[in-house]
Amino acid sequence: MEIPMICYLLLSLFMFCCGLYGFITRKNMIAMLISLELMLNGVDMNFVVFNRFLFPGSMEGMMFTLFAVAIAAAETALAIAIIVNVFRVAKDIDVQDLTTMKF
Amino acid sequence: MDYSQFWALKQEIGLLLVFLLVFLYDTFMPRKSLKGTAWVSIAAFLVFTVIGFFDCNTCNITSAFAGMYVTSPVIAAIKNILNVGVLIVLLQSVKWTSTEEISVRRGEFYELLFVTLFGMYLMISSRHFLLFIIGLESASLPLAAMVAFDKKRYESHEAAIKYILTAVVSSAVFMLGLSFVYGLTGSLYFSEIYGVLSSQSSMMLVLALAFVMAGIGFKLSLVPFHLWTADVYQGAPTNVTSYLSVISKGAAAFAFLVILVQAFGQVYSQVWEWMLYALIILTITIGNLFAMRQRNMKRFLAFSSVSQAGYIMLGIIGMNATGMASLMYYVLVYVFSNLAAFGVIGAIENNTGLVSMDDYKGLYKTNPRLSVAMMLAMFSLAGIPPFAGFFSKFFIFTSAIQQGSIAIYILVLIALINTIISLYYYLLVVKAMFISQDDCKVGTFRSSCPERLALWVTVGGILLLGIASPVYNYLLTISEGTVMAFMY
Repeated sequence: MEIPMICYLLLSLFMFCCGLYGFITRKNMIAMLISLELMLNGVDMNFVVFNRFLFPGSMEGMMFTLFAVAIAAAETALAIAIIVNVFRVAKDIDVQDLTTMKF
Repeated sequence: MDYSQFWALKQEIGLLLVFLLVFLYDTFMPRKSLKGTAWVSIAAFLVFTVIGFFDCNTCNITSAFAGMYVTSPVIAAIKNILNVGVLIVLLQSVKWTSTEEISVRRGEFYELLFVTLFGMYLMISSRHFLLFIIGLESASLPLAAMVAFDKKRYESHEAAIKYILTAVVSSAVFMLGLSFVYGLTGSLYFSEIYGVLSSQSSMMLVLALAFVMAGIGFKLSLVPFHLWTADVYQGAPTNVTSYLSVISKGAAAFAFLVILVQAFGQVYSQVWEWMLYALIILTITIGNLFAMRQRNMKRFLAFSSVSQAGYIMLGIIGMNATGMASLMYYVLVYVFSNLAAFGVIGAIENNTGLVSMDDYKGLYKTNPRLSVAMMLAMFSLAGIPPFAGFFSKFFIFTSAIQQGSIAIYILVLIALINTIISLYYYLLVVKAMFISQDDCKVGTFRSSCPERLALWVTVGGILLLGIASPVYNYLLTISEGTVMAFMY
């Protein structure tokens, strides 16, 4: 049985929204980073699904996903490095403590 | 494969060579001669910039890699404008990079800076969303590392974490919008999206475009997406702030124009005309209102640059040759005026560590030259007639008004009223420097030679660009040529 496209799209949108929700509500920076990854993966799945179901003739969406995964990995590596730096200085990675600069 | 098409990328390749030269010098030269890294990168970049200017006359519209990459006189000109700005930033940062704390990783600063510039080049030249995303990310990720450059200062790390998290969220939102566009049109080429969209307009397209505009609006710090700006500008080292506010913003503005016109130009009046109006009004007004209450100079300039981005957006509305020429001219003038302001702030911070507006009281008595440079920058940013800033605002309003609808007139009226409001807070700085009778906290000092050179260049630009009409005429001529061919 073929699973219809809308199921995949709803799943990817659900992943994206979960990521966004997690990003807004989580206090720990690592957890925020995980939520970000969820958002990016939801987007990647969107591309793959559109390519597979609507435009199977070309590979543009798949290619985009391939590059997007690499970019997401780079983003995570850099963010982790910065979080480690913050931890060294502040001894804490709670995002609510980053309040030196406001308004 | 036709290897000759790599010749179209000659500006990118030149920049890559500069990067490699600095990288090799920094890696293999003995420790004693590493002091020269700054001057090696400035010299190499100067040569590259000069060659770029000579090359500009001969280049014509070329596309490479099946239309993924395009270069034209307009694109070469905007790259040259960015190059001039980067050169000034490099001069301003010589003193900062030779302080004891930074000098251990002096080379990294220049390498990261060249990589981000490379990403901006790709953003400007790409005509395919995959290449654009790669350019966008390689422009914004190394910048986060540059923001975190001051290892000892806590603010620097806080700014970096705020920047990287918001940057990733915005690029995720941007890519979600792109995936919808891809689902609607089946292509990521700007030209093919343009062709397919002519026949349709749906709710999904509105959603997709809203996401795309949010993604780039973050880079440009347009108003609902501007909240990172002030914190990052304040926390980052001053030279990185000036780079972020001028070069990154100029490149993003041009890329925004290209995407909106080249990919989504067909659905202008149905979908994004009103979005753009709302963004412009919000950006100019809220940027101005928040700038008034800032006491920290870097935060103050952050909000001022938010409202300047709103004026730059006015050039997109015209969607004609004058619009594009005035956008480029605005960016050019903005480069000079904002870098003059940041040059003064950086010089004072390097010598005394003070960045508050209250510390600038009576600056004229101790450092008359610096305060005159700052005054010229503020006048130019506010748009007072004899200086360049007036003419750039004038041209951008003229190009917007050419559309001739009532909505545009109201929009330009709001922008004009905001110019008057902005005069208030720009003059606050001038008042603090010249009129306040308090004793100055900043003692008399002589700023270092490269800083003075950079200030002379920027002040010269502010004074001359408004008077020298050939600059604007040249930009207008090349824009007309490329807008006719629809290949910008």
